[in-house]
Amino acid sequence: MERLKTACPLMHSLIIPTDQYMIVSNNISKKYGSITALEDISIKIGKSELFGLIGPDGAGKTTFFRIVTTLLLPDTGKVTIMGLDTINDYRLLRRNIGYMPGRFSLYQDLSVEENLNFYATVFGTTVKQNYHLIKNIYSLIEPFKTRPAGKLSGGMKQKLALCCALIHAPELIVLDEPTTGVDAVSRAEFWEMLKALQEEGITILVSTPYMDEAILCDRVGLIQKGRILDIDKPANIISGFRKKMYAVSSRDKFRLIQNLRSYPSVESVNPFGDSVHITFTGDRYDSTIAGKLEKDGHLELRIEQIEPGIEDIFLELMTVTENDQ
Amino acid sequence: MTSEKIIEVKNLVKKFGSFVANDNLSFDVHRGEIFGFLGANGAGKTTALRILSGLSKPTSGDVSVAGYDIYRHAEKVKRQIGYMCQKFSLYEDLTVAENIMLYGGIYGLPKKLIVEKTTELLESLDFTAYHKRIIGGLPLGMRQKLAFAVAILHDPDIVFLDEPTGGVDPITRRQFWEMIYKASAEGITVFVTTHYMDEAEYCDRVSIMSEGRIVAIDSPAGLKSKYQSRSVQDVFVKIARASNNNRV
Repeated sequence: MERLKTACPLMHSLIIPTDQYMIVSNNISKKYGSITALEDISIKIGKSELFGLIGPDGAGKTTFFRIVTTLLLPDTGKVTIMGLDTINDYRLLRRNIGYMPGRFSLYQDLSVEENLNFYATVFGTTVKQNYHLIKNIYSLIEPFKTRPAGKLSGGMKQKLALCCALIHAPELIVLDEPTTGVDAVSRAEFWEMLKALQEEGITILVSTPYMDEAILCDRVGLIQKGRILDIDKPANIISGFRKKMYAVSSRDKFRLIQNLRSYPSVESVNPFGDSVHITFTGDRYDSTIAGKLEKDGHLELRIEQIEPGIEDIFLELMTVTENDQ
Repeated sequence: MTSEKIIEVKNLVKKFGSFVANDNLSFDVHRGEIFGFLGANGAGKTTALRILSGLSKPTSGDVSVAGYDIYRHAEKVKRQIGYMCQKFSLYEDLTVAENIMLYGGIYGLPKKLIVEKTTELLESLDFTAYHKRIIGGLPLGMRQKLAFAVAILHDPDIVFLDEPTGGVDPITRRQFWEMIYKASAEGITVFVTTHYMDEAEYCDRVSIMSEGRIVAIDSPAGLKSKYQSRSVQDVFVKIARASNNNRV
């Protein structure tokens, strides 16, 4: 909190928050016309936590991020950041939040260096003052510092955007799908950078469509259709899943999926690489399943019980919610 | 998948000046197969893809696609293939229906057939309510499903997919792969380039390129057992490390 900068020195006494959380969202709802983007979202995110918001396209992740970053007003509910209100205290909060939107939003015609200087100046600071925070990341793109931002590769754009979101030394950074469209190597590097920033005490709120990234978060919130399905540590989400899961494979994958869907004893059917993962209705293993598939003409048939991964659980939760509605 | 070879590549070499982008590639792809073409950025995937789709000529080697020699009949090859990539496939300022109409026209389908195909396609994707919507306003996952459907509108022998599902959530990704399975079951060969290794797991066979050469080619299960790895991602990392060590 000592880094919390004041808009005006006289305000200092007003902003000594004692809140133990970085973000407290209480019953946030937001509609766009008749479409509900967020419904009754309550989340508490701790200081220096790396929190992931995981959900499909259109789940409400960006809407939530825009409310947290004071850029959008909720219809109902209240969000506080470091104990400060996102509506009344937005000026002060903006100085302490770094936001990296999903769409690349730096100035494409400005060079790497010019973008960074611009963002530093807007926030009333200098690159030099906070260089220690971005040094490790910036050094990777520094050889290209005179290149226009629009001409950078996806991985480099992402690193520059992160530098620009960090240059005013925020307490909290909010990153909307930072690794979408970035290659596997750059993605891995990016997560190492996030871990390093977390060690500097920065709180990180991030969204991603990649399940292998979800398990790198301290905690994740699973969101679908504007509602939170579950919030927990990734390991707890996995161990909390009680149903038995099976991997089925045969030579004819497309027909295998169709056949499995047609059996009432099978509840969920999801293709997973070279096999299909299934659960059984009421979690009761159907011992006639192999016979049914053989009768349907499947060759090289294999059925084995497996340990579910986070992607299995995500799909399972999504499907269950879908069916409830 | 059948034993008929729909793509045959023998000793393909492509040089740009002294730079060898494709270094003696040889492989076959079978009709109806889902073939994953993997490699890091700069490995030579795009160069090979451009040759296979008739957009670029090899320096040497024999390449036949859909029964046509790529040197003499590049235009015929282009009529037998479909193409989709993540970055650009549909016109963002046109509606769903307009995009289908446009591509149907480019592929030279008769107007009556385009109308029939449009109805059929919108119904099968459950997109009928969206036919007048501008592409730019649709979620990425919807756009990608539509782009794939449009790429196979003219019933091509082969469809080339260039990193089709990057950034797509797990549910939409599976819907997309089910569309690919369906196309493959109907006899369309699917040739996918990707650097997302989890996507490779869905293919019948994958090849892995490094520095212009194919360093491994097998089914995902075959690769995993050969390299004693749990995933194609691990296989890829092992291969990448080995080729780095060779260079040192």
